[in-house]
Amino acid sequence: MKISFKLNSELVTVDVDPLQPLLTTLRDELHMQAAKQGCGEGECGSCSVIMNNLMVNTCLIPTIQAKGAALVTLEGLRDTPKGQLVINALLEAKGVQCGFCTPSMVLALYHLLDNRTYADITPTDKQIRQALAGNLCRCTGYGMIVEAAKIAAKLWGEV
Amino acid sequence: MDRVNIPFKWQEATGRSQFISDRHFDNLLEAKLFRSTCARAKILNITLPKLPSGYFVFGAKDVPGRNELPIVLSDWPVFASSEVRYLGEVILLLVGPDLKELDRLAKLIHVEYQQLTPAFTPQDSKQLIQGAIHNQDAIDDLKNVFDRHKLNKGDLAAGFSQAEHIFEESISTGYQEHMYLETQGMVGYHKDGKVVIEGSMQCPWYVHHCISTVLGSEDVRVIQTPTGGAFGGKEDYPDVLAGALCVAVQRLKQPIRLVLSRNEDIAFTTKRHPINFHYRTGVDSQGKIVAMDVKVDINAGAYLSLSGIVLQRAITTCTNVYDIPNATVEATAWATNTVPSGAFRGFGSPQTCFGIETHLNHIANKLGLDAAEFKRAHLLTTKSKTLTGADIFGDLVLEKMYAEICESSDYHAKVQAYRQQDRGANKLSGIGMALFQHGCGFAGDLEDTLVKAVVRLVKDDNDEIEIQVSNTDIGQGLSLTFCKIVADTLKRPLSSVRLAAVDTQHVPDSGPTVASRSIVIVGYLLEKAAEKLTDIWLGCTAQSVEQRYSKPDYHQWDQQAFKGNAYQATSYGINVVELEVDSATGVSEITGLWAIYDVGHVIDEAVFKGQIDGGFVQALGYGGLEVMTLDSEGRFQQTNMADYVIPTALDVPKIHSSVVDNPYQYGPQGAKGGGELTHNGGAAAYCAAIECAINHPINAIPVTPEVVCSLLYGKKSGLESMTQEEQGHENQL
Ligand code: FES
Ligand code: FES
Repeated sequence: MKISFKLNSELVTVDVDPLQPLLTTLRDELHMQAAKQGCGEGECGSCSVIMNNLMVNTCLIPTIQAKGAALVTLEGLRDTPKGQLVINALLEAKGVQCGFCTPSMVLALYHLLDNRTYADITPTDKQIRQALAGNLCRCTGYGMIVEAAKIAAKLWGEV
Repeated sequence: MDRVNIPFKWQEATGRSQFISDRHFDNLLEAKLFRSTCARAKILNITLPKLPSGYFVFGAKDVPGRNELPIVLSDWPVFASSEVRYLGEVILLLVGPDLKELDRLAKLIHVEYQQLTPAFTPQDSKQLIQGAIHNQDAIDDLKNVFDRHKLNKGDLAAGFSQAEHIFEESISTGYQEHMYLETQGMVGYHKDGKVVIEGSMQCPWYVHHCISTVLGSEDVRVIQTPTGGAFGGKEDYPDVLAGALCVAVQRLKQPIRLVLSRNEDIAFTTKRHPINFHYRTGVDSQGKIVAMDVKVDINAGAYLSLSGIVLQRAITTCTNVYDIPNATVEATAWATNTVPSGAFRGFGSPQTCFGIETHLNHIANKLGLDAAEFKRAHLLTTKSKTLTGADIFGDLVLEKMYAEICESSDYHAKVQAYRQQDRGANKLSGIGMALFQHGCGFAGDLEDTLVKAVVRLVKDDNDEIEIQVSNTDIGQGLSLTFCKIVADTLKRPLSSVRLAAVDTQHVPDSGPTVASRSIVIVGYLLEKAAEKLTDIWLGCTAQSVEQRYSKPDYHQWDQQAFKGNAYQATSYGINVVELEVDSATGVSEITGLWAIYDVGHVIDEAVFKGQIDGGFVQALGYGGLEVMTLDSEGRFQQTNMADYVIPTALDVPKIHSSVVDNPYQYGPQGAKGGGELTHNGGAAAYCAAIECAINHPINAIPVTPEVVCSLLYGKKSGLESMTQEEQGHENQL
């Protein structure tokens, strides 16, 4: 079945089984491999992307559900100024260890910072941790990812 | 921002890093392992379905070399043929273009078993029901025993004769699943006459050795791909995948991919060893421990794997950071019909730390003493002898660390306050401390006699330097720390040094990435190599140097007597956990975490901070969340990430950590090992904090809300001293 959606601001059309997980479609058909499969069951968040401005687990979403939606993956974000800001902040805070969860963490941090009511107020630890709670990391213990959010928040208005 | 560090983890952070599932191979076939559905049985017959064209099945009879995985002992077969010893043991490998078709075919394979009664715990194993699983021909006492060690310091009987009180109790720890976020996986192919395996692994030379044994050929090559976490879990188990895969690759000469699903990874890969401890401790009238007798029973699972080495570490660290004048330890690794237990960050030490810290807390409480002060009175000092009778090398700074962490966490005032809190309150507060140590590098003299590490530095005519070692960056940041060591020694910019990809065709065998040996052993060799290169340096000329390991003079070990320096160096730490228990639900919220470490000298503070945070949080999961239990058939009851829960960002607060500088003479820039150390104390400190909050002794981890509730309201005795298997059984009833 032909399904069209916006991927990183470009219209794409895929011809796949409508029930195929969106993650498989993104990785195998569209070569967006930054999203990873960690569990395939909606628990780890490694496969998350931003869909219609929501963080979603693409391993659980049938491709048909993306019909007409706007999707942002790390491939689309990494070359934007704000995407780079988040990436640099994560690297500066040394919030990347094995890196398997990192693409999803970049998206989660970006999503948090981009959706603040007051963009000039740095989110609290609690808010950051809530925003990251759906994305598991087994390496870092999260502390430095939380730091990265604060580093990025401070510079957000400048880019 | 420091531009120099930008390349470090840049690939990962931008999603460009190619993990094994991200790599492209032309004409790729898929593979699937066919596994046993019984925990203990004889295989009577295997019936295969008719295979469609392009589909293949491989088993024991297809192995060209030896049907064994050469992990320490060669008892673990690549493909089971006459018997199976655990549920999930590999019997066959299916290969073909479509995974769904492989799944369908797997369902049509029929194995006829003659089932035997399995043993799942050391207690079962001792009973030898229907004969022994391992060592059938040995005398009874050694049947089902993979390994046993005894260790003696001082005179136990004389010690007990001075005792005024004797305390005796059992303490146990459960399984822990690594839950690296990238599951195990590899791809094999044929290139230039060699079987090449690429994949997620921490010890490529182990895999190299394994496939060359299985194929009976040296025409093999192994390449590590970016590895999405390992924590020990990718030390032994990649051999299981590679052993089976290489047989198919050699035959079909086409790329084949074998990646475990999460369910498969949880169900069948190695786990942290469950251990049962039994302590008998004598204390004299002055409150001094005069004797300690410890029995340690380790559930090794179906094959030896690394259990002998885990046992050595468990035994040599049994009295932790304390100077006990008279002590004996007897430890046994038992064969059972469970998934083989394997390496996991800490390698036996988190278990022994939990055991002794908890036992000492209980003694202090019974004597009406402050637990932390009681422990402090027994700390090793620079003048002490270790449990294995060696002098302490270098200065011990445990007292200083203790004073610092007590102050930063306000430990004593909080203990006082929480002792007097209203026990009927909705929220109960608690604080707990654990002290710990970790031997760096292999136990005994294995580094010298077995590993014999070699490192190489290769400089091109642009004066760019490549580090060639077999140690892998599995998240712990070696790719930066190694470069820093070399760049600093050479006084060259960091950007001129890079770490070669770990490919057994190109890098020398500098040993495995295990046992906290990467910095203290390999890092030191790199420092020495860089000094050599400095001495012969010719600008704009290609040069290379090699450096081999040699044992420092003070390091003495007698394997027969089990005496001497059990490790080349030892690192130390203290953790404090503060929390609040909801007395209605038993759920606890961690409100404060403090940590202090002596790892000699820290090479990169941020990289080590990453190890501190990651190790501590993983240990808190081990202590409070991560339950893994077996059902009556030997299958883990936890099957996915929804029912085996690891900490999320919300489960832990910020960690207040610090390090003391206490340079070690034979480490690079004075560094000792730190990666494993950070997992040793968290579970013990967590349990102590809960005990403090609910004022009840606990004898097993994980301390889940269910355990807390049953201690507060349920059967007052019993559950706290149950093993995990028993708890699981109890929950089922
Ligand atoms: S892979 Fe989708 S949540 Fe884990
Ligand atoms: S960095 Fe390894 S899982 Fe997050």
